[in-house]
Order: sequence, then structure tokens, then C-alpha cells
Amino acid sequence: MRAPDKGARSGRGETSGPTRRQLLLGGAVAGVGAAAAIGADHALSSTTSSAGEASVPLNGQEAVPFHGTHQAGIDTDAQANGLFVALDLLDGTDRADLARMMRILSDDAARLTQGTPALADSEPELALSPARLTVTFGFGPAFVARAQGQAPAWLKALPSFAVDRLLPELCDGDLLLQIAADDPLTVAHAARMLLKDTRSFASVRWSQQGFRRAHGTVKPGTTMRNLFGQVDGTSNPSPGSTDFDQVVWNAEGWLAGGTSVVVRRIGMDLDKWDRLDRGGREQSVGRYLSDGAPLTGTEEHDEPDFAATTPIGFPVIPEFSHMRRARSENEAERIFRRAYNYDDRPTGEGISRSGLIFVSFQADVERQFVPIQRRLDQLDLLNEWTVPVGSAVFAVPPGCAEGGFVGDTLLT
Amino acid sequence: MSAWLTTSRRTTTTGLGLLLAAASLTLAGCAAESPTADAAPGEGTDQSVAISDGWVKAADSGMSAAFGELTNSGSDDVTVVSATTEASSMLELHETVANESGEMIMREIEGGFVIPAGDTLSLEPGGNHIMLMDLSDPLEAGEEVTFTLTFADDSTYEFTAPVKDYSGANENYEGGEPEMDMGSDSTGTDG
Repeated sequence: MRAPDKGARSGRGETSGPTRRQLLLGGAVAGVGAAAAIGADHALSSTTSSAGEASVPLNGQEAVPFHGTHQAGIDTDAQANGLFVALDLLDGTDRADLARMMRILSDDAARLTQGTPALADSEPELALSPARLTVTFGFGPAFVARAQGQAPAWLKALPSFAVDRLLPELCDGDLLLQIAADDPLTVAHAARMLLKDTRSFASVRWSQQGFRRAHGTVKPGTTMRNLFGQVDGTSNPSPGSTDFDQVVWNAEGWLAGGTSVVVRRIGMDLDKWDRLDRGGREQSVGRYLSDGAPLTGTEEHDEPDFAATTPIGFPVIPEFSHMRRARSENEAERIFRRAYNYDDRPTGEGISRSGLIFVSFQADVERQFVPIQRRLDQLDLLNEWTVPVGSAVFAVPPGCAEGGFVGDTLLT
Repeated sequence: MSAWLTTSRRTTTTGLGLLLAAASLTLAGCAAESPTADAAPGEGTDQSVAISDGWVKAADSGMSAAFGELTNSGSDDVTVVSATTEASSMLELHETVANESGEMIMREIEGGFVIPAGDTLSLEPGGNHIMLMDLSDPLEAGEEVTFTLTFADDSTYEFTAPVKDYSGANENYEGGEPEMDMGSDSTGTDG
């Protein structure tokens, strides 16, 4: 056996895992023998990281599995950075094209989420730190129509609400990419790679960038805070629980194992909010700002007592409060929220243009989301400071197995 | 990991499987291989070659190129002498080298691609690649293209690779032909 011939291999090809691994293996087989080489393969396989021996594992090396029953990025503990991109299909994109597109995008996502460059990745080094990257795909009504599939009845624009001030350029879309990771550079690279591969099928309709606390700032699983300072998402079912499964996962047809997502861009008037004192802020939601506990409790996850009254007979949690209005007696009317904050460049005289990318997953939009939003539309003190400017609904197909692709239950 | 079911007629070996194949080749020939029906037994070095991460550049017409990692897990060097595909009536094995004026140009490699034993040959933009000289049909993103490589001993290896939208790989072609112009605008399709 001979040493590898230097001339035969371009050094720049070493960016991909397999190349490096196979090169090392070649040496091991030649020099040490098969048994030792098997050990080497194990060692290499068990550490997807190529970052060397950091004493503390780097969060950048954390990878969330791509393949599975459900798509990742739904029950995944929300990453620090989220990017939402909605695309419009080009006129001629047909069912066969959709299958080709989803196969490519799934392959990109499968690689990038595991810290491996995509095929034809022009910046392969940017792929090496997945930082819990997830890519989640959603299909709009036109996508399902082009796929000649059966669309669930709820897959359409939400009914119009009195509070809405929607801008068409922030609404709807045929294909949604939710790209999230704990590192903004990872998100940007993944988005770039995926969008390069959508160019011949679709064009970007809208794009929204959001953020939460950076990784390591608070304990994983901590309920997020929005830019009003509120703890936002306390009543979410816990991922992994039966409750969560019932709220989130759809069981019908090609959507079995999938769900739906509602993405709404909610402007928050921070200047107006500034004029409200702390007591008023807490009453508007019905929770304490300090820790999100209901005004009738002491811990964040205490059940609110809507019957409790003040000494002079008013409800402790006001009738008009956001929590009171969002809550239903009907257990079915629940959703799983996974929102991100946004903080846009101010315009004109303003000093801020901020808000929330409201994101909720639920098995059935009509049955679960719409009743909640109707109640909030009719009465919710928080409406004084918030205005929905964007809105979109997508069907989120199930995950795929290795060798399959996201959407294969619809497109094959 | 891949959404692409890479098929190859002779060998399908990756990771540990590849290693085992390599190890067993040194010990007991190709016993660890799992040839499918049409693989002739006792054949030569081709059985040790496999491609990973193969892909082809999308193009409407004219030329395109195929890339990937060709690994030789065997104990003998192998030489790829030619490639064929239904996607193009003519293919060439290209290398990219500096010409007299220092400009990087691609040209047909003399004697084919040599993949040393136990080594990997990278086919990549700006380097070695399989050149599709005359596309029979547009290559659309997400399609799969089947290639057959022929080795010096006349044995062959078949694989499929997906087509990807890619703006690079615009190397100059030796002989004064215009650039291999397959920028993104020419790959766009309305269906």
C-alpha cells in the first residue's frame, strides 16, 4: 500500500466530512490495520464536530436531527434567531417541479442542520457550526393546489379581524421557510443556500427576521419575553407531552404527523406603551411582569383564578385582559406559540419600530386558532398597543425519513 | 442523510461499510462487496470506487459539469478514462490548470483521472470535473442524471447525481471558446 498521492487530491476538497474521513481511513488501513481503523471510524463518526477538543462543548456544534416523524423546529426549544421567508411559486412551477424543489431543499436542510455543507455550497465553512439549526417548511394554499393535493379546509387566509391593518406584502405566500438557529451567521448561510435552490421555482414574497434571548443568557426552556417586557407563551403545552401532541399534530391524510402554522406580524407601539404604568401593564395581560405569574398567583405556571375579586369587588384578573380573553373553556381551543421579536429600523420621527413575529402551531387553524383570535379581536386591552400588519397560514407537512423529502406525502 | 438515493450499479459503500470493504479487499478480495445482479464477479479495480456528494450544474443548453468526491477504497490505483451520460452526447474529463499567461483554464486531462489507492479525488468547480459538452435537454434543478464511468480495465461504474442551480464553475475553456456561460439567469425556468 502506498501513501496518498498528493497530486490527486485538491486540498480544498477537504471541507466535507466524508473526504476527510475517507482520507484518514485510507491512512489507517494502510498503516495500522483494519481493526484499528474501525476504531478510528467509530471515533470520527461519534464526533460530528471537527472543532478539536474544546473542554466545554460548543453550542455551535449542537445539531438537531432533521429526519423523523415530525419536522424539527416546532417542538425544538426555540433557538435565539429565527428567519421566516415566504415564497411565491413562479407561474410555470407544476407538481413535478415542486417535487424536484422539495427534494433539493430537503437535502440542503438535512446536510446544513447536521453541520455539513450543502451540495454546491459556495461557502462550506459557514455550514460547519449548525448551532441547533432547524429548517421547517410550510405549504400555502397555492402550493397544495399546484401539487394537486387535498387542502385542509383551514388552509386559507384568516378571516379579517377589526384590529387588522394588514399590508399585502407581509401576508400569505406559497412556501414558508422557517430557519432558526442559535447563531445568526448560521441562519443567514442556510437561508442563502436554500434560496439559491428555490430560484428556478419561486421568488421571495416576504422575509421577517426575529430574535429571542441569545443562547446561554437564560436557562433553556425559559418562557420568552417580548419587547413589552412581558413573559410571552406561559400557557404553551410542553413539547413531548400528550397534551402537546394533541394540540399540535395533525392526523389526516398527507398532513398526518404535520401541523399548521400561523405567522402574524404584530406591530407593538412602544412609545404608547411607555405611557402606561406598571400596574396598568400588568392588568392589560393579567400577569405580573416580574415573572409572568397570574395576578392571582405567585408562580409563572400557577393556574389563574378568574373568579377572584378585589376587596371592592372587581375581578383581580380583568375581563378585558389578554390572558382572560385568550383563554377558552373549550380545551380544544389551544395553540402552541413559538414567537420571535423584531426590532426594525425606525422611520420618520420615530425611535422604534418593533413588534412580535407571532408564530403558532396547531393541528387545525379553524378549530383552535380562529376562536381565540375572534375573542381577542372583540375585546383585549392589549389591542390598544398592538396592531397586526402581516398574516399568513401554512400547512406544515410531516417530517421525512432518510432518502425521502419533506412534502413527499403530498408529492409522491 | 441525503434526500438523494444515490444508486450505483456496482458498489454502494459509505462510512463503515466503505472501510470494511477496503479492509476486506486487502485480506480476501472483494468478499465484503454486495454486487447487484449485473455486476460480473471477479472484476477488477472498479468495484472499489464510489462517489459521494455528486452533483451537476443546472443549464438550459450547451455545456455543464459534474462534480463529487470519487473515493478509491481499493489497494490499487484506478484510472477513469471516460464518462458517458444520456444528458450529453459528448463528455470530457477536465482538469483546470494555469496557462502560459497565468490564467486558469480547463482542458481535457491526458490519460484520465487517476484515483490513487485509498484516496479521494475531488471533482469540484475550479478543479477537476466531468464536462458535459453538449446537453441533449435542459438540466433542471432537482433532476437526477445518471453517469457511467469507464476505467482503464474497461470495467464501469454507474451513479446518479442531482442537478443544482449554481452560478460558479465558469472556467475558461482552452482553445479560445467563450466562457462556459451557465449563470443563474440562464438556469431559471418557468416550468
